[in-house]
Amino acid sequence: MFGLFKKFKDGLAKTVTAIASKTAAIFGQKPIDASSLDTLEEALYTADFGVETTEEILEEIKTAYRKDKTLRGQEAAAIGAAVLKRVLAGSEGVLDRGATPAGNPVVIAMIGVNGSGKTTTSAKLAWKLREDGKTVTLAACDTFRAAAVEQLKTWAQRLDLEIVASHTGADAAAVAFDAWQAAKSRGRDYVIVDTAGRLHTKSNLLEELAKIRRVLQKNDPSAPQHSWLVVDGSLGSNSIEQAKVFHEKFGLTGLVVTKLDGTSRGGALVGIYRQLKLPIYFLGLGEQAEDLQPFSIDNYVKAVFGLED
Amino acid sequence: MFESLTDKLSNALRNLRGVGKLSEENMAEALKEVRTALLSADVHFKVAREFVDRVQAQCAGQEVLKGVTPGQQIIKIIYDELVRLLGEGSTGLSAARPLKILMVGLHGSGKTTSSAKLGKLLKKRGYRPLLVGCDVYRPAAIDQLEILAKQEELAFYADRTSKDVPAIGAKALDVSRNESADAIIFDTAGRLQIDQELIEEVKRLRAKVQPDEILLVADGALGQEAVNVAKAFHDALELTGLVLTKLDGDARGGAALSIKTITNVPIKFVGTGEKTADFDTFYPDRLASRILGMGDVVSLVEKAQETIDQKEAEKMAEKLRKADFNLEDFLAQMQQIKKLGSMESILGMMPGMNGVKIDGDAEKALARTEAIIKSMTFQERRKPELLNGSRRQRIANGAGVKIVEVNQLLKQFQQMQKMMRMFKGGGMKKAMRQMEAMQKSGRFPS
Repeated sequence: MFGLFKKFKDGLAKTVTAIASKTAAIFGQKPIDASSLDTLEEALYTADFGVETTEEILEEIKTAYRKDKTLRGQEAAAIGAAVLKRVLAGSEGVLDRGATPAGNPVVIAMIGVNGSGKTTTSAKLAWKLREDGKTVTLAACDTFRAAAVEQLKTWAQRLDLEIVASHTGADAAAVAFDAWQAAKSRGRDYVIVDTAGRLHTKSNLLEELAKIRRVLQKNDPSAPQHSWLVVDGSLGSNSIEQAKVFHEKFGLTGLVVTKLDGTSRGGALVGIYRQLKLPIYFLGLGEQAEDLQPFSIDNYVKAVFGLED
Repeated sequence: MFESLTDKLSNALRNLRGVGKLSEENMAEALKEVRTALLSADVHFKVAREFVDRVQAQCAGQEVLKGVTPGQQIIKIIYDELVRLLGEGSTGLSAARPLKILMVGLHGSGKTTSSAKLGKLLKKRGYRPLLVGCDVYRPAAIDQLEILAKQEELAFYADRTSKDVPAIGAKALDVSRNESADAIIFDTAGRLQIDQELIEEVKRLRAKVQPDEILLVADGALGQEAVNVAKAFHDALELTGLVLTKLDGDARGGAALSIKTITNVPIKFVGTGEKTADFDTFYPDRLASRILGMGDVVSLVEKAQETIDQKEAEKMAEKLRKADFNLEDFLAQMQQIKKLGSMESILGMMPGMNGVKIDGDAEKALARTEAIIKSMTFQERRKPELLNGSRRQRIANGAGVKIVEVNQLLKQFQQMQKMMRMFKGGGMKKAMRQMEAMQKSGRFPS
């Protein structure tokens, strides 16, 4: 358990330094005052939690401060962490294969805007599931972006993963169909479908996603069992808009937040969860295969507020 | 959709009615709204605060102008300040030849795509570009660049056997001399600004190739993080410009203001789509409207200018004047309007209309009219009087409508022709009355 938290904290290490460097003075033993409240406000806003959550946290800390002028920084951090935990309650996604009719594979579709990290996440997830003793087939359904198929193929080769791919320009839905068939005949547990990046504002491209689903459902009416939005953790409020539209048009079942090994705090996940209540399954904390970590509210909140076990 | 700042401000400023002078006190609430709007557009906290302070200083003491509300006046001041800030510096590229451009940025910001787009643009401007694949880390990144280069018929260089990026850069310069390329674009790997090793690598590449332009490619939807990213890249490399990507989405683009304020390097280009042609010079006024949620009137006007063929329009005016307007002209005119995009997307560019849904009936009616005209022969379109009963039935079948609809269209068209003759004869008033009646029937666009 500690090891996991450490990885998490290492990944979010910059987060800790970013908030903690600003708030070390506040979140320490010293009582807080007006100027440290100001610094706190800045630290919270720059985490991309969104205006709503930031104000909620600030309000609770200020209320506590009004009641008790000797409120210490540590206690303020605890209040902030409590609010964040409350907002995130129920947000931990747990991937459980469960039983499927006729032993059909479980399909996980990776969806998102361009450059959010779908291909890399698909490869990492396949690797992770195999480490957990599951069998996986990758479906290279980004047949639009130049060399996207080659990118996933390279990953598959590197990590020795099974992949079904066609060529750029091929029908993405047909690739998904074939991958499902292959996975089924080989008795695989999962099919991970890597789709092309598309902005949520392009309705024709959203229609193509719907087609992939329709075709998959010819194999299994309940596929895809999971449709995850892959969100770049360094984006701001627009990721909420992205999630909303994809959810409305396609029906999402969860989130993966990537690129959290930088200094961004991925606070937008809080905003997305607040609005849509979609569980967060994994966080991307680095470029290596093993850097995809299950989302844990406790770890996230601790890392963000620089709290120790 | 975001509530526009204009709407929010009018609420905050309701109690300001009748105020003669803007002051710190009476603006406080409004400026708080401005700050919230900037923050929810992803402008960095500190940048937003400084910006609001500056606007406050400018507003304080100003007389409220006659004919505008205090809100409108504040918005004008904010807008002007935003345009000024965003637009500082030149959007032009260095005049050096050969022109060496280094593209840098985070993972997935759009460097490879932007490199190809920039290559295409420079080719159009008369350069002979060479694209250089320096992303030796992301699987198949070099393939991606090569494919795009081929598509745009641009020269390309990469060394797939090497991981020594500065050496690849130096070799590319030799290649560019041999091929007499005079614009060399280095597409580098995505890197975190805190990844010391990779930042050192790109610094060595810069030392080796001595670029004239170092462009940071940044996702237009970046959040508060934009400031850290821009600052670190600028400190390490001394950027000369920004490329803001994925602006065809609906991100407000506040990150641009943050980056601009922190680095003070000009925003040079914006990426607005997945096709290599979707690459524009940066216009500060458009982005300012976008950050404030004011719609994009300028873009709409320009779009109209671009798509509506000037000559075609003149020809049409001439025909109208001579009352020599047939169904074929009518179809052409309808298609001109359609080129602007769907009615919904056009509405979206107007202030206050963002997200307004129009019912599909109007668009459907136009589509049916188009289908009817298209089911006619050219001769019939030019001479509608040819249309007897059996021709009309054939057209109705072809267009998939009932014959009454064909009749209705023809009747309205006759009225329109009659009206034009009236215009010609100077019977203006009568013509206006006729026109009103026709618009009510809904088949002709008003």
